[in-house]
Amino acid sequence: MLLIDPSKKLSFTQYIRDGDLVIVYEKHDSMKAIKACETSVLQNRFGVFKHSDWIGKPFGSKVFSNKGGFVYLLAPTPELWTMVLSHRTQILYIADISFVITYLEIVPGCLVLESGTGSGSLTTSLARAVAPTGHVYTFDFHEQRAASAREDFEKTGVSSLVTVGVRDIQGEGFPDEYSGLADSVFLDLPQPWLAIPSAGKMLKQDGILCSFSPCIEQVQRSCETLRSNFTDIRTFEVLLRMYEVREGKMDCGQGDEGVSLGSPPYKRRQCSNESRKVHENTSSPVVMARPCGESRGHTGYLTFARLKCH
Amino acid sequence: MSQNNLQSDFTQNSRVTWEGCSVLLDINDGDRLVFARLTSGSTLKIGNKNFSLRPLIGCPFGSLFQTENGKEGPCLSRFVPSTEGNNAEERGDCEIINESRDNRAIIDNNKAQSLTGEDIDAMRRQGAKGDEIVEALIANSATFEKKTLFSQEKYRLKKQKKYAPRVLLRRPFTRSICEAYFKKYPARIGFLRVDALSLLLSMANATAHSDVLVVDMVGGLLTGAVAERLGGTGYVCNTYLGGTPHPMDIVRMFNFNNDTCKRIVRAPLNDLCLAQSETSKQIGLHEDAPAVESNGPTSSINMEEVSKSSENDVADLDRDTNVSPTSKMNKAPKAGEGAPQEALKLWRENGFSSLIIAAPDLDPWSLVKDLLPLLSYSAPFAIYHQYLQPLATCMHNLQLGKMAIGLQISEPWLREYQVLPSRTHPFMQMSAFGGYILSGTRICSS
Repeated sequence: MLLIDPSKKLSFTQYIRDGDLVIVYEKHDSMKAIKACETSVLQNRFGVFKHSDWIGKPFGSKVFSNKGGFVYLLAPTPELWTMVLSHRTQILYIADISFVITYLEIVPGCLVLESGTGSGSLTTSLARAVAPTGHVYTFDFHEQRAASAREDFEKTGVSSLVTVGVRDIQGEGFPDEYSGLADSVFLDLPQPWLAIPSAGKMLKQDGILCSFSPCIEQVQRSCETLRSNFTDIRTFEVLLRMYEVREGKMDCGQGDEGVSLGSPPYKRRQCSNESRKVHENTSSPVVMARPCGESRGHTGYLTFARLKCH
Repeated sequence: MSQNNLQSDFTQNSRVTWEGCSVLLDINDGDRLVFARLTSGSTLKIGNKNFSLRPLIGCPFGSLFQTENGKEGPCLSRFVPSTEGNNAEERGDCEIINESRDNRAIIDNNKAQSLTGEDIDAMRRQGAKGDEIVEALIANSATFEKKTLFSQEKYRLKKQKKYAPRVLLRRPFTRSICEAYFKKYPARIGFLRVDALSLLLSMANATAHSDVLVVDMVGGLLTGAVAERLGGTGYVCNTYLGGTPHPMDIVRMFNFNNDTCKRIVRAPLNDLCLAQSETSKQIGLHEDAPAVESNGPTSSINMEEVSKSSENDVADLDRDTNVSPTSKMNKAPKAGEGAPQEALKLWRENGFSSLIIAAPDLDPWSLVKDLLPLLSYSAPFAIYHQYLQPLATCMHNLQLGKMAIGLQISEPWLREYQVLPSRTHPFMQMSAFGGYILSGTRICSS
């Protein structure tokens, strides 16, 4: 996924090779991660796709099934991975992830600590941010989950940047060997206040901590704990509002012909074709946008704080 | 890793300032934000006095400084707040819940303070420290004891800002630079809020060893933010229409080392497109077409010529001099040279690995239709705009042209909270708008 070795600029020059991880794109909310394998096939509602047809094609290609159905093959990125990974826990999404990376001031070469690993959604983005010379040490107390995360990092090719440990960070704190070495620490724990003193020990002076909590009571308690050793304590909520775009015709108010405005959304092509027939000689179609009717209303609060300088 | 690399990593990610480094000075908790370059001669004006910035050299980022009257006049000295925390906010007290005091007895008649301006001046002449003046003001306030703990704290803070100003030394990173501009001069960065900028970087997969094409008309903030993610590898290529490259003064606020500066390049769109058409045609054109002119007079610009030198190496966001001047003594490495031939060749063969556009005054579609073909297949892109309609049109055209998939327009929303014992709520004021982002992935149309 990442170009850790510049001599293997995998993503873009290259063509899909046997063994590459490929994101199979059906539509924006239907994607799947698959390892290309000479002898395998992918079977879905569009038909049967032979992997052997994929190998040698550039990433970004459209490929066809035996029935003429098609999908696109994309090179994996942390954003695409977040959309296809298997959820072993609740995961972080792009709005929170991108904000966390910038706000924790993570740049190439940083040493970052994370707990818990969860499904590794954030971890993959942390790895991208510290590459090529930094490292992410991530901990989860759930042994099987840690093992699955390790397998995933192997699969996505970030394993040289990430070390997964099995450890109860709330109970035991981070391992002493990272004491004073961490540029940033990220906590996604049910009782983050228990891990904050240890996180403070791990951080370099002026290093930044972030705690993600869904509930305000957790935030309240974390902030109380943070006040003794941290400064610049700030809590945020980040969300994304998505928009639908479609082409349609607006009635000018004289005719009694129905407008396509009320018709079901997301059938752009059909809609515009229909309206073209109906309104052939009236107004020209316009492109319109509106927020999607439903969206994520809350993910969690992000609390950031800097270790005080002594 | 070579010695050289370690050395350069050191300056770029250093947690301690050095002579010649760029810093962000936060005066009185964000009241004033000043970009400065630390040299032995640079000074900062607070109130009516000039303070040398020399004491800040060699200090850890995150240090606090207070003004003091030294032997050689006013100076800044390091100040370490007690870890215990001595104000109401830091005590996290429950007393406030059972607070019995209120403001019924406080009358606004301007008679509460018995110290006069002359008294304070006299104290100053006798060498009283700022903190001492604050304590004297509190002692002589007839109403201080009647105030609630919360408003006592407010009073103390207000007086402290005036009589004992504090300067916080901050690292100029994408986060702090973007926030400083957004707070003081949002128009200069096209109202690009930090959460929107973060999204652009993630959506365009900006990372080490990538070749990111940008259209940066937000003063160089975007170029700098991408370069920060590259860490001295790959390239960020800032392209422009016509003959004049877009200014990118903000790049110099970052402490980029030479390795990183070399990775920040410019190329006129014509050069990139010419490169593109050369590959697609390959024959015939070679003899006639002029070589890709990247050494033209417009392709590179010398930062030091652009910068308006002010006397003391300090750029104050409060005043109208946001250009941080480079001192003659220490040459800031040049960023923004014309793209080298071998890079142009690489992009011609492989395409850019991603694209980010932040051009508030340009129509996204007219840019995208020319720029998208310069990307490699499967490359992600992200376009920021303050207005929805141009992005909607752009998205629609990309769909019709089957040029990209995974198209999505999103609008970031960011709310900050005050978290205090029994007084937690969202801030009363918030930024209500962070712009729109159109993101997607280029596909192989054949």
